[in-house]
Formats: sequence, C-alpha cells, structure tokens
Amino acid sequence: MSDALDVQNITVAYQESTVLENAAFSVPQGKLVGIVGPNGAGKSTLLKAVLDLVPKLHGRAVFFGDELKKVRSSIGYVPQRGEVDWDFPTNALDVVTMGRYGHVGLFRRPRKQDREVAFQSLKELGMEDYAKRQIRQLSGGQQQRVFLARAMAQDASLYIMDEPFAGIDAKTERAIIELMQKWKQQNKTIIVVHHDLQTAREYFDWMILLNKQVVAQGPTEEVFTKEKLQQAYGGQLAFLQSAASEETGGLS
Amino acid sequence: MTYEGWIIVTGVLVGASCSIIGVLLVLRQMAMISDAISHTVILGLVSAFLLTSTLDSFTMLIGAAVAGLLTTIVIQLLQNSGVQPDAAIGVTFTAFFALGVFLISRYAGNVHLDVNHALMGDIAFVPFQTVSVFGVSMPQAFLFVSVVLFLNVILAVLFYKEWKVSTFDPGLAVALGVPVAFLHYLLMTMTSVTAVSSFDSVGAVLVVAFMIVPAASAYLWTRSFPYMFVLSIFISAASCFSGYYAAKWLNVSISGSMAVMTGVFFLISFLFAGEDGIVTRVLRQKRKQRMQWNAASAAASQPERDRLNG
Amino acid sequence: MMQEWLSLLESPNLRWVLLGSMFLGIASGVIGSFVLLRKESLVGEAMSHAALPGVCLGFLAAGRELPALMIGAAVFGFISLWGIRIIHRNTKLKQDTAIGLILSVFFGLGIVLLTMITNSSAGNKSGLDSYIFGQAASMVQFDVWMMSGIAMLVTAAALLFFKEWKLVIFDPLFAGGLGWKTKTLNSILSFSIVLIVTAGIQAVGIILMSALIITPAIAARYWTDRLGIMVILSALIGAFSGLSGAALSALDGGIPTGPVVVLTATAVFVFSFLFAPGRGKLAQITAYRRFRRRWKKQQAVQALDSVPDTTPSRYAAWQKTLGVENSEARRLWNWLKKNRYLT
Repeated sequence: MSDALDVQNITVAYQESTVLENAAFSVPQGKLVGIVGPNGAGKSTLLKAVLDLVPKLHGRAVFFGDELKKVRSSIGYVPQRGEVDWDFPTNALDVVTMGRYGHVGLFRRPRKQDREVAFQSLKELGMEDYAKRQIRQLSGGQQQRVFLARAMAQDASLYIMDEPFAGIDAKTERAIIELMQKWKQQNKTIIVVHHDLQTAREYFDWMILLNKQVVAQGPTEEVFTKEKLQQAYGGQLAFLQSAASEETGGLS
Repeated sequence: MTYEGWIIVTGVLVGASCSIIGVLLVLRQMAMISDAISHTVILGLVSAFLLTSTLDSFTMLIGAAVAGLLTTIVIQLLQNSGVQPDAAIGVTFTAFFALGVFLISRYAGNVHLDVNHALMGDIAFVPFQTVSVFGVSMPQAFLFVSVVLFLNVILAVLFYKEWKVSTFDPGLAVALGVPVAFLHYLLMTMTSVTAVSSFDSVGAVLVVAFMIVPAASAYLWTRSFPYMFVLSIFISAASCFSGYYAAKWLNVSISGSMAVMTGVFFLISFLFAGEDGIVTRVLRQKRKQRMQWNAASAAASQPERDRLNG
Repeated sequence: MMQEWLSLLESPNLRWVLLGSMFLGIASGVIGSFVLLRKESLVGEAMSHAALPGVCLGFLAAGRELPALMIGAAVFGFISLWGIRIIHRNTKLKQDTAIGLILSVFFGLGIVLLTMITNSSAGNKSGLDSYIFGQAASMVQFDVWMMSGIAMLVTAAALLFFKEWKLVIFDPLFAGGLGWKTKTLNSILSFSIVLIVTAGIQAVGIILMSALIITPAIAARYWTDRLGIMVILSALIGAFSGLSGAALSALDGGIPTGPVVVLTATAVFVFSFLFAPGRGKLAQITAYRRFRRRWKKQQAVQALDSVPDTTPSRYAAWQKTLGVENSEARRLWNWLKKNRYLT
C-alpha cells in the first residue's frame, strides 16, 4: 500500500530567504497526523506547497503514489478561515455543496443527490438548522463546522487542514476531533496543522515536527519527546513546558 | 419600433450585460477595473485608427477590446509585483488614457474621434445608425449589445459554479482544480468586450455606473448569489426607464440621467434594504431601546414602591 | 528648439504658468505620499470626477468665475469623500465599490448639469471643457495665483503635520493613546487632498488629476524606505512632471497639459519600477536568481557528502539524492568538478 502523502525534499523561498528547507516526510494511510512547530516554521506554507498553491524552489509531493493532478478529487483541503469572503451572498448549505464541485465536473450543475450529501454532512456536524443561514451570521465555531462539513461532502481519502482549531469554542473542537477520529476508522488520512502542543499529543497518532526543516516524524510517542521538541522549539520550549505542566503535569 | 423604444431597449440590454459582469466584479473586489477599462478604451480607439486608418465600427471594437485586456494584464502584473491593488489600477489606466488623448491631439486631431463623446456618450443617437439583419432594420448599437449580452449570459451560466467557488474561496477553487487564472482573464475579457460594445451607445461613464451601482444595490438586498444577478438586472432596467423619462422631462443628457437614476436606486437600497438598511437599522435600535427601557423601568418600579410603602 | 524654449520664458504669463504647474506638482507629490500610505489611491479619482457637478453648479450660480467653480468643486469633493466613508462604514460594500459608485453617479450628474448649461446659455460652456482634460496654457494670471497659493498652503500643511500624519496613518490607535486628536488630523489631511484636487483640475483635468497625486508617490516609493525621503522624491517627480507638461503644451497649443504631465510621471514610475535598486523588478529578479543558484550549489555539495567516493555509480546516486533533472544535474556536476569538490 503506497503512502497517502510522500513529500520529497520540498523547498520554498520567498524573495531571498527560505521558509521551508528540504522538507521530506511520508504519511502512511489511515493516520491522524499533526504538523506541529513554532510560529514561522512554515507549516501553512508546507501545505500550500504540497497542494501547488505556492511555487516550489525544489522538490515534489506524491499522493497515493500518484501526481496531484490525477488524485485531486480525492484530496480535501480546508484552508484557514480568514481567507474567505464571509459577506459572499451564499448560505451554509450552498458552501457545503461547493465541496461536491470536484465530483460534478466542469459545465455541469450539482444534482439533487449532491445537495443531499451536503445536507447529510451538515447534519453530521449538528448544523442542519443553520443550512439556510448566510455565513456571516454564523459564529466562528459554526463557520468552521460548515467548512468541515464541506470537506466531508467532498468524500476525500486524504484531508489536509490548516489550523482547524484556531479561534473556535471547546465544543466545536470536540466535535471536529470526533469527526476526524471517525474518518480515521474509515481508513482516511487526515493531516492537520496545529499550534497547540498541549492538545497535540492527545489528538494525533502520527506527528511531524517542523521548524523550516523536518525535525522529527513518526508515531506520536516517538516524536513527542523532550529532546526533539527542544530541537524544534528551541528556547520557546521552557515557556511552553511550564505552561503545560500547570495544566497537564508536564511533558513526557 | 419607435425612436423612444430603441433607446430604452438598448439601454436595458446594456444594463443587463453590465449587471452580469458587475455582480462578479463587485464580489471579487474588482469594481474599479470597470472604471479603468472604460477609460483606456480611448487608447484602443486611437491606436486602431492610427494602425488601420479606418474608422469602421468593427476595427474600433477590436482595438478597444485589446486595449481593455492589456490594461487588466498590466494591472495584474503590477499587483503581482507588490504595488498596492488600487494604486496599480490608478497608475495604469491614467497612463493609458493620457497616452490615448496625447495621440489624438498629436496625430488624429483632424479626424472625428471625439473623446468627449466616448466618455459621455449619447444614447440619443443610437436609433440613427442602423443596419439590416435578415431584412430587418435595427440600430447597429442594438445589434452589438444583444450579441454581447447573449455571450455574457452563456458564459455566466456555463461556468456558474466555477464563478461562484472561485469568487467565494479562491484557495479552495485551486485545490478543487478549478481553472482560476483562466476564469480571471475570461472575466477581464468579458468586461472589456462589454464595456466596448456599450460605451459607443451610452458612453464610458454610464458603463461604469451600470457595472457597479446596480450590483452594489442588489448586494444590499439579497443573500443569494443567483438573485443578486436577477435583482441587479432589474435595477438597471428600472434606471433606464426612469432615467429616460427624467431626461426627456428636463431636456438633459439621457446617459447622464440614467447614471444618476442608478444612484437614486442605490440610495433607496442604502436606506431601506433588508437588515443592513440605515433606516431599518435605526428603527430596530429604537425599538430595542424602548423595550430595554420598559423592562428596566418595570424592574426598578418594584423596590421603588416598596420603599414608598415602607 | 532651445530658441523656442528661451522665447517661451520671455512671456511673463507663461512664466507664471510654468511656476504654478511646478508648485502644483510639488504639492500633489507631497500629499500623494500620504494618500498612498493611507491606501486611498483611488479616492482622488472619485473626488476629481465628483468635482464636475460642483463646477457646473458653480457655473450656473455665478458664471465663469474661478472662485465659484472652485468652491463648487471643493464642496462636491467633500461630499464624495463623505459618501464613500458612509457607504463603506455602514454596508458590507468594500471601499473600491463605494469609490466606483460615487464616481460614476456623480460624473453622470455632472453630464446632466453640463447639458443643462449648454441648453440654457447656448454653447457658452467653452470654459468648462478645459476642466475635463486640463489646459494650463489657457490659465490667466489670477488662475495661476489661485493654484499656486493653494499648492503652497497644502505643502506647508504637510510640513507642519509631517510627523503627526505619519503616526496617524501608521498606527492610529497608538496616536490616539498619545492623546492626539486623530480624527482632526485625518480631516486636515482629507481637506488638503480636496484642496489640491480642486486646484489642479483646471490645469491637469478632472480625469487625470488622480494620476498627479498617486503616480509620483508610487515611483518615489521604489527608491526609499523612509517617509521623509519619499515625500521629497515624490515632490521632485511631481514638480518635474508639472513643469514639463505645462511647457510642452505651451510649445504646441494642440497638446493638452494633463496627458503630458501624466505621461512624464508615468515614465518616471516605469523607470523606477524596472531599475530601482533593491525594490525594482530587475534587481529582484537578479537577486532571486543569484539566491537560487547559490542554493542549488550548496545542495549539490551536501548531496555529494552523502554519497562517499566508494559508492558504485556515484553520479547516479548523487543525482538521486539531489532529485534534479538530467541537464541541471550535469551542470551542477561540472561545477563541482571545476571547483574541486570531486577528486
């Protein structure tokens, strides 16, 4: 079985500085993967480079042993919430239906069953009552659920999510992580950029530590060690550690 | 059809054409592109004339459309190079416009290339220049505008969901494999062609008004993407009718009057549209305040009475 | 040619026109720098288009009297500014939509009023046509005095409020925290923009006035990262453009002033955009190329370290580690050889 994602030496540079250097790692199928690292580690850039949304200086990404172009419809991308026009004249159900566009194809309209899939996805996330709401009127957590529902409607085998837990309530965070676990049981692969070290260990079973380069990768218990975190976070870790020990009793 | 009829029908068709483009431009935060293109049309006209030494409509049309497209390409180039988006627009179109006017004054001064006319237009002349199609005589402008409207409708419908997703969430659109760059330049081409086909009959300024104002007004009323198109077309048609009769009554420029009427419809929308309307909002706030005041006074009155009794 | 230039300077009226255009260029360049940083490049466009109905109303009220026309233009300039703010603040419409909306509706109103003037006073609007495209050479001494006076006033205001405007634009909350009246400071800047647009439209024309404000400022931005220097450069570019535009249109009466002024400023911008050190296109492309080349070489050396001398078919193994295509691999390999990384 080929890896869900194989990243080969990806380097990205803006102007004259590299934001990502020779990032190389692979993700086996059916894992819930966290990409963790300090601010400016190039986490979002990594996702964008993998999906061809920013130009790469070097390197490539292989999905299920294939090129991106061939497997695009089986990859669900959930961008950061800030990058969307929330005043757009559209409602929640409509946004979720957009997830089906990859399946629908050029020139064709989404069919009734597409809309049904979309509605089911909303329901799964407890959002069916908000289907007709304009998206600006939803709370941050609800907006994120709509995005998750859209990814779900896409019925992908690999999900790539950029900070899905940023700026949402605890209840939504719970709902999202439960959904991800369910996807995992269906042998889907989920890759999540995450910035909260405290919850990272609990959420993910596979982890990639990033700080411009890949510091460590593998099963969470192997990666989530003091030395490796120290290596990725440097001086910032002492602070993070003391903050963490107050709540969870320290890192292993 | 009567003289009056042709003017209004042409106006309505231009309005519909511009509305379709306008909704997309307004939602994509590219409204000022229409202003830029309608100015650079001048450069296209004079270049076409200087290159071919003819003044026939089709050559002019091609020249203007090319100039419009070139404008958007230069703007895009500047924006990609880090120039502020609106500054990029401002620098580009003023330069093109200046070049156009300069060329006219230098090399084409004695030719009938009326900058004033291109800018302000006059829909009143539309019925005089006619062509014959299948034995039916109709104004040339009407023919142009109908063809462009037809194209716009086709392209809007054909790529409906692609327009929607690439406008709402370009990142997702790319990830879904939607040809975002192609759509961008398609829209720019449609904008140029529409502006060019319309400005000859109604003037560049009315084109800008028709592209931005009805779409902006419709945006305030509706929360649905398709209705925004419908409503916008409706508002522009209403502006044509009312503008025409207002112009007739006051004996002033018909194009200018139609542009002013789009503004009137916007003002109405601004004051009364849905939950965002200023008047509706003030009324709602007043009601809320009154309710709060009532509740507060009800709550306050109980201990007050106790004190008085005690 | 030289002779003509010199003879031009002998005409006293023309000397005034040239001087006035230069002052106008300086003032718009200075104000333009602040406008650009306030991200309101196209507000000037709306303002100048909205001036048309103001000019027409002034004409209807008092005839072709410059003060009346200017007051009309200034009043409508304010109305347009205020309209854009109100729309932007109270609806979900974005600023650019608000600008386009105000611009086109007001210009439409201007055209309506223009036809009214034509109808009422039988073609007596000849004086108004120069407002659309600008004709500095036709200005009389009083016009020039007016324009120069306003330009100097605005420039003085910019010098006076330099550090205040700088902070208010860059970090309004901090400025507020200092106890500054940010609203008043912003209003003074807006007032200066309206004044300079009003003063400039007769010389440069309604349609091109916005370019005189933004183009010199953007060109100047390419050469420096310091606001003070940017303002000075922008003023110089503005002065140069104003001067050359007025001079050329005086030499050849057929050429309106506005286009030449704008084309000069644009030429400076294009030059800056391409060739300015650091920010210019050429400098950026070469810097990126150099960076990319250096980076690739570094990679090639590193890859070499990971495949020791003893590796069978070392080249192939090296290329695989590096992960580049054949032609590039060969080039890098040759470079390694030449620089004795390979022994």
